[in-house]
Amino acid sequence: MKFPIYLDHNATTPCDPRVVEAMIPYFTEKFGNAASRNHSFGWVAEEAVDYAREQIAALIGADPKEIIFTGGATEADNLALKGVYEMYAQKGNHIITATTEHKAVLDACHHLEQLGAQITYLPVNAEGMIDLKQLEEAITDKTILVAIMYANNEVGTIQPVREISEICHRKGTLFFTDGTQAVGKIPVDVNKDGIDLMAFTAHKMYGPKGVGALYVRRKNPRVKVTAQMDGGGHERGMRSGTLNVTGIVGFGKAAEICRLEMESDNARIIKMRDRLESELMKLDEAYVNGSREHRLPQVCNISFKFVEGEGLMMGFNKNIALSSGSACTSASLEPSYVLKALGLGDDLAHSSLRFGLGRYTTDEEIDFTIEAVSKTVTRLREVSPLWEMFKEGIDLNTIKWEHH
Amino acid sequence: MAYSDKVIDHYENPKNVGTLDKSSNTVGTGLVGAPECGDVMRLQIEVDPATQVITDAKFKTFGCGSAIASSSLATEWLKGKTVDQALNIDNMDIVEELALPPVKIHCSVLAEDAIKAAINDYRVKNGLEPIADNH
Repeated sequence: MKFPIYLDHNATTPCDPRVVEAMIPYFTEKFGNAASRNHSFGWVAEEAVDYAREQIAALIGADPKEIIFTGGATEADNLALKGVYEMYAQKGNHIITATTEHKAVLDACHHLEQLGAQITYLPVNAEGMIDLKQLEEAITDKTILVAIMYANNEVGTIQPVREISEICHRKGTLFFTDGTQAVGKIPVDVNKDGIDLMAFTAHKMYGPKGVGALYVRRKNPRVKVTAQMDGGGHERGMRSGTLNVTGIVGFGKAAEICRLEMESDNARIIKMRDRLESELMKLDEAYVNGSREHRLPQVCNISFKFVEGEGLMMGFNKNIALSSGSACTSASLEPSYVLKALGLGDDLAHSSLRFGLGRYTTDEEIDFTIEAVSKTVTRLREVSPLWEMFKEGIDLNTIKWEHH
Repeated sequence: MAYSDKVIDHYENPKNVGTLDKSSNTVGTGLVGAPECGDVMRLQIEVDPATQVITDAKFKTFGCGSAIASSSLATEWLKGKTVDQALNIDNMDIVEELALPPVKIHCSVLAEDAIKAAINDYRVKNGLEPIADNH
């Protein structure tokens, strides 16, 4: 077994060696600018980009022309929200999103609010799902876009995308989804799912960092976004800038591997994830956050009550890399806003760990993780005054805490 | 962010973890922080009434590694000091000893608060005025 064990695949994934192999020629001998129309270097690069576009389109059931390459999912999120806001300004200024969206969506919405947009932030239930009736009621004749993520990065909850898009289209508004965590992990089909715009990125699916895409539907309806950068008019005028050919080639290869191997990868990963979860749930006062039913195959997010997440991670972070909903290191000292939106108290949010398994995770690594986490939880509870009070039957809510 | 060796040592081998009898008149208990803030420290001292020397100190902490280390260090420093000397422990001494980064300074503040709270609990139990909080 190689240390440290990587269990933070929701943050990023390693490049598949097959992806790297596909990319290498495009650094050196095939270095052309895909926009150079007059010589073979340009043609070779353009051909590679077109092929990658096909590979990526195939993964999500799209037409290759509907793929707009960007520098990543954050840029694609911004392009979708700001681009639709500008393009459809005559129709209205209202956008609906949810409180558990990624910061790239929430902060872009906050920015648009400053420009005069009206934003509705839908709450979610304890599993992290939006309420479809609330969505429907929130849509007005000024609504131009509904932005709801496909699957959540912290807890893995998958939203009822098909039902959401059905409501959007019946009510005459566009549907944008941040598919960053879902694409490449679970079957996503822009036509079956009724998606009009979708942001996603290579580095969450074993491709390189720094390259992503915005899917923009071309018919039924034909969707357009206003470019957010001025320049050479690349990508059908929606995203100027010389294409990252090497990255795009890697993105394409990564998408192709995901399409072909998703099913077999998931069968293995789900088994390991479920074993990890059921073993850790044998500890007292452990709670799974989010939906266990509608969830990405590789994630589990667990709160271990009465121990603090960062302190917990310190017990094994030499050997295991994962992430916590505790925000002990952040300047704000606020725990995860996603977990809080699910209704978790701050104490449980501070006590959470997110396990993100991946293509190369092994049973041996899961065995090691189960033992290391269980041991550390038990050891830290011996040091925790809250655990002692809990064991004595004291209700922690009755204590007047001194807040800092 | 990397932890200093001293923080790691206190985290892996915390000193004086435990519980003293909080109903005893010779024991002072300080419970500071809040679960919602991600840090709760309970620090206890046992005082010899004749000499005012702290003969024992115990802690339990819910929090990050730096919070556990700060309280572990505090118990080490308290033992053998008189109550008056203990009041002079400053949070910046803890910051320096553990090489805490700026984002973790609040852990040392909490430890200092816990010391003061424990001393005040002892003082009040024994008919003395609590020391004013200077934070």
